[in-house]
Amino acid sequence: MSARRPIPGLGAAPSTDLPVLLPFDRGKGRTPDIYLATRWLASLPPWTPLLILAVMLAWPLVAHAQGRYAYSDAFDALFRWMPFLVFEGFFFNILISFLAMAIGTVAGAALGLAQISLNPMLRRAAWFITQLFRNSPWLVLLFIVLLAFPFEIVIGGVIIPIPDWMKAVFGLSLPIMANISEVVRGAVQSVPTAQWEASESLAFTRRQTMWQIILPQCFKRMIPPWMNWYAILTMATPLCSLLGVEELITLSRQAMEGEDNHPELLVPFFGFALVIFFMYCYPIARATIWLERKYSVKL
Amino acid sequence: MPDTAWTPDQPIVSLKDVHKSFGELEVLRGVSIDVMKGEVICIIGPSGSGKSTLIRCINGLNDIQSGSITVEGLEVHDPKLDKLALRRKVGMVFQQYNLFPHKTALENIMMAPLKVLKEPKEEVAARARRLLAKVRLDGKEDSYPGELSGGQQQRVAIARSLAMNPDVMLFDEVTAALDPETVKEVLVTIKELAGDGMTCILVTHEMGFAREIADHIYFTDRGVIVEHGPPATFFKEAKDPRTKEFLSQIL
Ligand SMILES: Nc1ncnc2c1ncn2[C@@H]1O[C@H](COP(=O)(O)OP(=O)(O)O)[C@@H](O)[C@H]1O
Ligand SMILES: [Mg+2]
Repeated sequence: MSARRPIPGLGAAPSTDLPVLLPFDRGKGRTPDIYLATRWLASLPPWTPLLILAVMLAWPLVAHAQGRYAYSDAFDALFRWMPFLVFEGFFFNILISFLAMAIGTVAGAALGLAQISLNPMLRRAAWFITQLFRNSPWLVLLFIVLLAFPFEIVIGGVIIPIPDWMKAVFGLSLPIMANISEVVRGAVQSVPTAQWEASESLAFTRRQTMWQIILPQCFKRMIPPWMNWYAILTMATPLCSLLGVEELITLSRQAMEGEDNHPELLVPFFGFALVIFFMYCYPIARATIWLERKYSVKL
Repeated sequence: MPDTAWTPDQPIVSLKDVHKSFGELEVLRGVSIDVMKGEVICIIGPSGSGKSTLIRCINGLNDIQSGSITVEGLEVHDPKLDKLALRRKVGMVFQQYNLFPHKTALENIMMAPLKVLKEPKEEVAARARRLLAKVRLDGKEDSYPGELSGGQQQRVAIARSLAMNPDVMLFDEVTAALDPETVKEVLVTIKELAGDGMTCILVTHEMGFAREIADHIYFTDRGVIVEHGPPATFFKEAKDPRTKEFLSQIL
């Protein structure tokens, strides 16, 4: 049953009194602001890439005198490598981000629901896993996965290799899982308990209540934080280059090696990486902050 | 059902020496009430005296520490009890309406019969429309709760409970959050319901209304029933000083 029009109290202001959704995170101030990075990114002006480009062009004036390798040669090299960097490199970052987000979302949703389970054992275990992966540095998680996972698994005599990039996907999906778990828990707990009681009084089971009454009401509230974590994840994918995964940063380094490692190459190549990440993540960050404002008004 | 040895000549709802605490706080201290089928019972008393707790115990929203509550012979706090079976017999309406804000008025009414009772959709839709007309809200089928006034929302909430064909209806101060003008439309609905023979247990501050529709009035204070009786005698011949004081304040 999709909404045919904005639902008062959920998607639009109601014209009457209605029990309102509680603040998303009642521990505000206690818990870190998950939107910090995204808000910063969204606050940048849209012409930031031009600024980066200007810096890239002006760099030789401030940095060092013209050597035997002309700065314009570096740009020529960049243009030559650009299709390769985008289609082999950046698209791989995007692929990694999609897969890690998909795994992290599914696992995180399950973990978040487990955090509000009636079974105290399950609840505590889910809480512990969430806190563990939420508070560990991403790079540490990546390395643990890289080192702890075998490079191949054997299922019924069939050898299935696990390439490093797959481990990277898995490693990045762990913090996403934990953070999505918190998103789901927070959203569900922002629905007034009276909704649970009304539903229980009508003989709905707990599961029915969750899926038909509670989640549809708070689903929208989960979208901005979910997008927020996607933007953060995408910006974190260059971490994979430390594991040797052939994404944009790794390929940029390889390209520079192919161009004899002239120091003049550094700024154009990494500047380009910065611009392309900006152009991808910036609209997401803007949309996230816009939606976050839209849904956090007292409905 | 094997364990429902209940027959209509026995109380449909029966509370015997019910005790209920929230931690250290003893909220119900031995409450006994019998309600016969078709009776209308009003519970009145000062705020915080445990009226909501009492009524919520009847459909198992709150557990109890000792005593017993039966509804049509079902032992409410028997751990083996099928709570859903109990809640199909008992409807409840809350002070804050608690409609599902993401569903239209009609969908609010249809949801439980469809999902819980698994009844066919056409049948449920027809019944929901009838109920909406009964609470005088025909034309509001497609309105969301956020577009309805408090009184309208409360009548949808009543219709939503009725859609489950309950045998007993619980009302917890259902007019307390309403504007004075809209109180009446809700009271009329309840009155018609009582007139149809529905067993009703109401917590209310509307004394005139209680006097008019109640078969029996219970006055609670600090977790005990201080005094009870039919309205005719209850209002005129209240003996206990606590009752007298309460009535003098509210009337
Ligand atoms: N869930 C709860 N946890 C702890 N105390 C509660 C809870 N519900 C009610 N109480 C307390 O129980 C007492 C009776 O409350 P209630 O039944 O709501 O009274 P009434 O409906 O007559 O105003 C109050 O002191 C209230 O604070
Ligand atoms: Mg109350």
